[in-house]
Amino acid sequence: MSTFVLLTITGIGLGAMYFLIASGLSLIYGLMGVLNFAHGAFITVGGYGTWWTSNHVFEGIHSNLWRWLASAGLGLVLGGVFAALVELVLIRPLYSRHIEQVLVTVGLQLSFVALVSGIWGPDPKTFVVPAWLHETTDINGALIPNDRWVEIGTAAVVLALLQLFLRKTRYGLIIRAGVENRAMVQALGIDVRRAFTLVFAIGGVAAAIAGVLGGVYFNVVSPDQGTSLLIFAFIVVVIGGLGSIGGSAVAAVVVGLVQQYTNYYGSAGLGDMIVILLLGLVLLVRPKGLAGAVVGGRA
Amino acid sequence: MSALRRPLVANWLWPVTVFGLLAVVPWLNFSIPKIFDQPVSSPGTLALLASCLVFGGLALTYDIQFGYSGMLSFGHTLYIALGVYLSNIAITDWHWSFWPAVLFTMGTAFVIANALGFVSLRVSGIAFAMVTLAFAQAGSVLALKDPHHWTHGEEGLGADYTKLPQAFVGIFNTKNLYWLALAFMGIVFLVVRWAVDSSPGRVWQAIRENEQRVEVLGLRPGAYKLQAFVLSSFLAAAGGIVYMLLFNGSTLSVTEPNFTLTLLLMVVIGGAGSRWGAVIGGILYTYLNNRLIAIGSSSTVEGLPHAVRTPLEQPLFLLGIVFILIVIFLPGGIAGLARRGGPSGLRRLRQALAGGTSAAGPQEDA
Repeated sequence: MSTFVLLTITGIGLGAMYFLIASGLSLIYGLMGVLNFAHGAFITVGGYGTWWTSNHVFEGIHSNLWRWLASAGLGLVLGGVFAALVELVLIRPLYSRHIEQVLVTVGLQLSFVALVSGIWGPDPKTFVVPAWLHETTDINGALIPNDRWVEIGTAAVVLALLQLFLRKTRYGLIIRAGVENRAMVQALGIDVRRAFTLVFAIGGVAAAIAGVLGGVYFNVVSPDQGTSLLIFAFIVVVIGGLGSIGGSAVAAVVVGLVQQYTNYYGSAGLGDMIVILLLGLVLLVRPKGLAGAVVGGRA
Repeated sequence: MSALRRPLVANWLWPVTVFGLLAVVPWLNFSIPKIFDQPVSSPGTLALLASCLVFGGLALTYDIQFGYSGMLSFGHTLYIALGVYLSNIAITDWHWSFWPAVLFTMGTAFVIANALGFVSLRVSGIAFAMVTLAFAQAGSVLALKDPHHWTHGEEGLGADYTKLPQAFVGIFNTKNLYWLALAFMGIVFLVVRWAVDSSPGRVWQAIRENEQRVEVLGLRPGAYKLQAFVLSSFLAAAGGIVYMLLFNGSTLSVTEPNFTLTLLLMVVIGGAGSRWGAVIGGILYTYLNNRLIAIGSSSTVEGLPHAVRTPLEQPLFLLGIVFILIVIFLPGGIAGLARRGGPSGLRRLRQALAGGTSAAGPQEDA
């Protein structure tokens, strides 16, 4: 039983990271039709930004908690700014040419990973985190690593904030309308391009959070970490339905749990296979994914 | 473009000349300084050239899907890996002899391509790209997992050379491997040439341009797309077997998603939807990827400051940047530049630089 609880919490923790990546991917795809491979680079910016600023900017802070929070905060800002720049410089000149936009993000992702491993080497890096993150909490006999709670909590907060933003603000309204029918939004005289940069920035921050939390979950950040997380985030996006935040959240938890259970009760690597089978199954039964393309709607 | 409008001679003269010249390369006993470290006929140079040719052929198999049929797959490497691994597993782990292993591999590739193609083509566009990526990832996980100790996981599986045709074993036979690679590229070239000019091939290109219109004409795009997918995957598996012979075994790198992305880079740099473009892109990319590492560690570069040297030591960084620039400014790649002729290509480049989106062609923001 305690193993089951541990697997469940860990699975949800992994799902939380998938959700943080998938939410941005899903919004960007829903609004702009771009499959953003550079999302892997945003994850890397978050992770490496935190590692670098922790050692070069905030090394004077004695409290590990504040040092971690400050460097992670700066990492998130870097992720958001980097993502907005990518949209402005690389995606904007190619509007309405979706395949070319995807190609550019692929090129960026490959170059960026190569550059990061060129500058800081291919070996994994660790950054300073508060010691209690690596301690465990006893839940009914199951020893749960504390970082799982942080991952789940953060993802829940991001989900709530995103839903609030999409439902209660003017820009959220424009984004939701744009996902439904972009041509109509433009016909009404609304400049939907600013919303493009905005979703990229939001997606960049969310991916950077995943980069920071990935550094805690796996204990290290490495140049190709973003790529491996990205593939499962893609699967989550397809299963959840492109453009749906709620669908992504549900699919992320399902994928994380299935992976944990089968990797433990089956054999290592089996979980990844089952998830891919699940994807095939969803496509055969519901090609549009669990939720279709409704942002902030049915979850 | 009807066959009548093309001069009959030029139709086959170009390919025959180029392939003929490439075929005599192993007899060229001289050096080309700076381009190759060793004489052209040395095993080292021939091995490099052979891998360039294999990648030229593999890029062309990818182009059947991407350039000619407009399907963006991120999982093409699954079939290359199938060729690389299954043939090797049959030979080394099951102790089969060479030809049955080849036949078995090709048959399996055909069946798997049909099955997975059928499932993935339930969706199109970006979703298709993601699904193919997921299937390739499944293959990668499987190879890493080392079922029944067949693939040897991260170690990779060295081929049992006693079971391979002796003409392809040993450093003195590098020239045979070179010819094998050339033959593979030539066959893919011929097949693609025949296929894209056939009547289904024309439908592929029509689907690339406008799938809805093809449907309105009463044709079923799904069946044609599956055809292109299976042909491309089947040839990729054949290329995988050549790759296995050339590199003496199987390693995980061929199963990874980046391998497909590399093919994508090759095709786009060379020019998508063009036979010569894909081939040139594959050859040039492989050559640069190998040579840039040598240049990056050379003495001229070592004297440069750290900030300049680091990017130069990472070929993928430079090639990725070239790729991005080509996507934005030269949508036809190298082949497109050649087709338009140098000056007009440059004019287009200038226009693109000056006007931002003027190179984008007709805008249809939707």
